[in-house]
Amino acid sequence: MVEHRRFGNLLPHLVLLAGVIVVAFPVYLAIIASTHDNSVIANGQMPLYPGSHGLETYWKTIVSGTGKTTRQPVGAMLLNSLIMAAGIAVGKIAISIISAYAIVFFNFRFRMTAFWTIFITLMLPVEVRIFPTYKITSDLHLLDSYSGLILPLIASATATLLFRQFFMTIPKELVEASKMDGAGPMKFFWDTLLPLSVTNIAALFVILFIYGWNQYLWPLLITTRDDMQTIVIGIKKIIDVHDALTEWSVAMATAVLAMLPPVAVVVLMQRLFVKGLIETEK
Amino acid sequence: MENRAIFSNKLLPYLLILPQLAISLIFFYWPAAQALWQSFLVQDAFGLSTEFVWFENYVELLRTPEYYQAIGVTFIFSALVVVCSLAIGLLLAIMANRNIRGIQIYRTFLIIPYAVAPAVASVLFIFMFQPGLGMIARALQRAGIDWNPVLNGTHAMILVVIVAVWNQISYNFLFFLAGLQSIPRSVIEAAAIDGARPARRFWTIVFPLLSPTTFFLIVVNITYAFFNTLGIIDTATGGGPNGATQTLVYKVFLDGKAGSDLGGSAAQSVILMIIVVALTAIQFRYVEKKVHY
Amino acid sequence: MANVTLRNVKKAYPNGFEAIKGVDVDVADGQFCVLVGPSGCGKSTLLRMVAGLETVTSGEIDIGGRIVNQIEPADRDIAMVFQNYALYPHMTVYNNMAYGLRNRGMPKGDIDTRVQEAARILELTSMLERKPGQLSGGQRQRVAMGRAIVRQPKVFLFDEPLSNLDAKLRIAMRVEIRKLQRRLSTTSIYVTHDQLEAMTLADVLVVMNGGVVEQIGNPLEIYERPATTFVASFIGAPPMNLLAMQPDELKVRLETAPSEAAILGIRPEDFLVSGEPGGVAFDLTVEAVERVGAETFVYGTRQREASSVAANPGELAPGELIVRLPGASAPAIGEHIRAVAPRQKLHLFSADGRRRIEI
Repeated sequence: MVEHRRFGNLLPHLVLLAGVIVVAFPVYLAIIASTHDNSVIANGQMPLYPGSHGLETYWKTIVSGTGKTTRQPVGAMLLNSLIMAAGIAVGKIAISIISAYAIVFFNFRFRMTAFWTIFITLMLPVEVRIFPTYKITSDLHLLDSYSGLILPLIASATATLLFRQFFMTIPKELVEASKMDGAGPMKFFWDTLLPLSVTNIAALFVILFIYGWNQYLWPLLITTRDDMQTIVIGIKKIIDVHDALTEWSVAMATAVLAMLPPVAVVVLMQRLFVKGLIETEK
Repeated sequence: MENRAIFSNKLLPYLLILPQLAISLIFFYWPAAQALWQSFLVQDAFGLSTEFVWFENYVELLRTPEYYQAIGVTFIFSALVVVCSLAIGLLLAIMANRNIRGIQIYRTFLIIPYAVAPAVASVLFIFMFQPGLGMIARALQRAGIDWNPVLNGTHAMILVVIVAVWNQISYNFLFFLAGLQSIPRSVIEAAAIDGARPARRFWTIVFPLLSPTTFFLIVVNITYAFFNTLGIIDTATGGGPNGATQTLVYKVFLDGKAGSDLGGSAAQSVILMIIVVALTAIQFRYVEKKVHY
Repeated sequence: MANVTLRNVKKAYPNGFEAIKGVDVDVADGQFCVLVGPSGCGKSTLLRMVAGLETVTSGEIDIGGRIVNQIEPADRDIAMVFQNYALYPHMTVYNNMAYGLRNRGMPKGDIDTRVQEAARILELTSMLERKPGQLSGGQRQRVAMGRAIVRQPKVFLFDEPLSNLDAKLRIAMRVEIRKLQRRLSTTSIYVTHDQLEAMTLADVLVVMNGGVVEQIGNPLEIYERPATTFVASFIGAPPMNLLAMQPDELKVRLETAPSEAAILGIRPEDFLVSGEPGGVAFDLTVEAVERVGAETFVYGTRQREASSVAANPGELAPGELIVRLPGASAPAIGEHIRAVAPRQKLHLFSADGRRRIEI
């Protein structure tokens, strides 16, 4: 903006500060709550500053479990979430990049059909086909397994589209030079294309990891065993025992743990994250 | 799509594309086809035999008052979420677009909600709004408002809307910011010299030029409100009280879990499928138009 | 009265960088003033300060007798043509031109009259309903000018408006701008890095370098009596030959030479190849020849090794002179020629190039 502002840049700072407060307050409160004794919280007496029970609560949460609500210590759940998120991210990237490679760099009979088949999967989020998908997963004996958690969610096409778009900007001359140097298609893929795609892969990894970590509906349906729960489901189970019996300090500690990895990833890899977000939507 | 027939292998491309096609067929097309098929069937009371009944399930659906309630709830919920999260996202983006110091810090904070799972966000807010011990709940109580989302349908709706909006702020903020930054500074300066004050500049120049981004975000936000909020609703209100927060998707989920009316549940899924396809189609057709220059 | 006066204007950025180091310029009402100089000299910054798009650190900017430092761009009664035109992409040509008038609450009928008139002058009438995206570069440029003239402001500001056009169009538009300005007789300030554009457009030429004004005057005056070696080599193409000379050498060639080292300047077009008495002569070996049809440029090295040239970097190699010959006749490479500069065409500058010495 061009004007001389009498109050300088006060207004933007005020608004942005308000935004940050609204955004950070719930998170802050959760962190505070996880450091207080549960009875203090239940009485509605929790103050705004941290308490002294932090270590004890986290230990209870991660390692020993509480016997009342979560029969499962959260540590195991964190692991499940990690496996699922990483699996989904890696899985999606892997199958999408080779599909995009095939579609862009080869000419085969059902190329367009294949492309549209993949493209259409963009249209339906898992929520709409949830029950039939459940039945199939069950028929394949994949319930309560990591494969069951991961495979049905790597079907979608966003990553394929992104890679396709990117591959189409690769100059033809690069491929021709590679051929003249005696490289076959797979060699070209490993030695040339993959290194060029590293930033895109990293950006996508961030987005997909978060997507995988934050999954709710699918893990809820297909995992019944406690030791297969992800941490996001774990939270739901904790506060499911409504009101009086909910151990809020543990619940909040679990929430904090559930938030930590994705938030850390987003904050530390901010630039890649923003790039990935904006690129996948074009 | 241009033809970059660079490699002439015959077998390789099929192998490369196989994994994704296989997964798509098994976990996408087959279930979708199943849902479609089931929507035309009716099971008898014991679940033993099924009968092909054409569109009877759909007709039955449209006669159920609960279905209309779900439609209404979905509509109100989506409208509130879309309008609020877009407005707040836009406001923050406008403020962040001025060259002020510390913008990196603000941005870092503002993208946090995106990383938080909807269900976890829900828990955070439940904690604050829990009657009795939640900080905000108690403040409302002191202000004379009988806050109780468990019993009061409107309160329940407000709660889930707040959570959903909080969750979506980051996304809208980032896209609006990108959109604002793509407007050339000289156009704004020209408008300033042409006598337009900041407010007028915004409505006559910035907002129109932002319209592709805005339209895109509206579609994405509607999709979000329809589908990604299941975790929020399930954790916060369970669809209650009395279906006050039961959106169409949530209804599919509940009815499917109960398992009593396979055909009806499938019919609901199919209707939702049609809605999503329409939304996605609009999004893709419009995204082709892109920006003005 | 719409003069523009800058009094000791300075601009420093928060990080300490001084973009403008004290500039005084006086543009009388109706005059066409051109700010010219290399990239980074501060000319655009100065223009934007007059527009109100940049703040003034100290000094005064006076438009029509009113000091405008604290006044918003919208209230300064100025109009600006941007380098990339900055047209409103979502509005038709008509609305692009009408926007400024609508913002000032002018009645619809008056707006229409003005827009139609401007469109007529600039031959845009058939394009009023099109959007900028459907126009060519030259057409957009005219719309940008149309947007400026409908406002009938006190001052026109031009920020390198022709830089994005191809060479031929640039020459045609240059003439159009000049004719338009004379017709409207609005005070104008025009920024360019092209010295030819500057020479042909200006009533008042301001040569800038590194945030300061090197010389102000009318173009011919600056061409014939440059005040510093910077101005001497910037104005006129090919650039003036500048030779650093020691006192004794000077005395040989010029009877009334000063007693300290100085820089001798001769324009390529001032040399005569046929012998002429009373001038300063150079014996050259021809290194390269450029024939452009109407004239020929000869690059030659002096027989004796000369000391280095004192002008800007990227100029001639030490000892090399450029000589302009009319027509297409030219000496061969390796040939020896004698170039003579008449005494009245000589320029002399102090050894640091900052001061002109009268001979």
